[in-house]
Amino acid sequence: MDIDISGARIFFELPIDLPLLGPLRISETLLVSWLVILVVTGLCMWLTHDLKTENISKRQAVAEMLVEMANNFVVGNMGEKFRYFVPFVAGLFATSVVSNLIGLLGLRSPTADLATEFAWAVVVFIMITAQKIKVGGVGGYLLDFTKPIPILAPFNVLSELATPIGMAFRHFGNILSGVVINALLYAALAVASSALLGMLPGVLGDVLAQIPILDVGVPAITSVYFDWVSGVLQAFIFCMLTVMFIANAAAEE
Amino acid sequence: MEFQFLAKGIALAGCALGAGIALIAGVGPGIGEGQAVASALEAIGRQPECKGDVTSTMILGCALAETTGIYGFVTGLLLVFVAPGSFMNLLG
Repeated sequence: MDIDISGARIFFELPIDLPLLGPLRISETLLVSWLVILVVTGLCMWLTHDLKTENISKRQAVAEMLVEMANNFVVGNMGEKFRYFVPFVAGLFATSVVSNLIGLLGLRSPTADLATEFAWAVVVFIMITAQKIKVGGVGGYLLDFTKPIPILAPFNVLSELATPIGMAFRHFGNILSGVVINALLYAALAVASSALLGMLPGVLGDVLAQIPILDVGVPAITSVYFDWVSGVLQAFIFCMLTVMFIANAAAEE
Repeated sequence: MEFQFLAKGIALAGCALGAGIALIAGVGPGIGEGQAVASALEAIGRQPECKGDVTSTMILGCALAETTGIYGFVTGLLLVFVAPGSFMNLLG
């Protein structure tokens, strides 16, 4: 059983030296992320070319439905004045869903690497902090940490940092556990099928033992939960948490 | 060298034990989500026409409560698959 669950493969390192992070590494995560960008951009361009006001095609109806869902989601949860957040949240959701589902094509999902989710969580954390500072000013933001009792200030800081870390780890953990469990299941079924088919006598047994017959069917059922349900649900939860935290930060008077 | 073997053995044993202890974290979401589903069932029993809303809210809440269980699971995975390799590199 030779499973490799060590992480994204690094293809090559460019000798450009970034200040804190070391040499620039081109890893599998980066390449598949570029593919995800191309897919999402291509999808958007295909859905929105040739728009008409009357006699719309089915493609345009789907595009209008998606835009309406995004608008309702963001404005329904945050209020009318946050309409400018719709492109960001919709883009994040689309990137996350396509990244999670691209694992079905045999590539390694870029979201199975903590770097992707951590980057999104840092962006969301900056947005939440900016919203809090916009409401109360920098002094008000710092004073909020001493709100119930000044003694609780370290715990408030910790709980503030737990927000982006929790969001990143929730998404990463769900997707990584799906990847690992799928890899283990495929390997175990391959070993089982080679043991089973190896019991056939002679050359037939030797040849058939190389084909992992039992790999067809069972991993597809677990993949329905781990890839489809978990992928879409975790993307939705990430966006829902983003929207709720920013709305909360803006509502604190 | 005897000491090298012993050190590697202890490191691997530590990884395995740690992975087992880490997965005890699965108890929490099990209890919590069971309670959430119980409340959802009670609500549906009381008002059958709100089944769709209650179900989707329950699924959302369960996915959120799953977080700490996933923390333990990922820690266990790292201890079983990634830590032995790096320990063997460290101990030579």
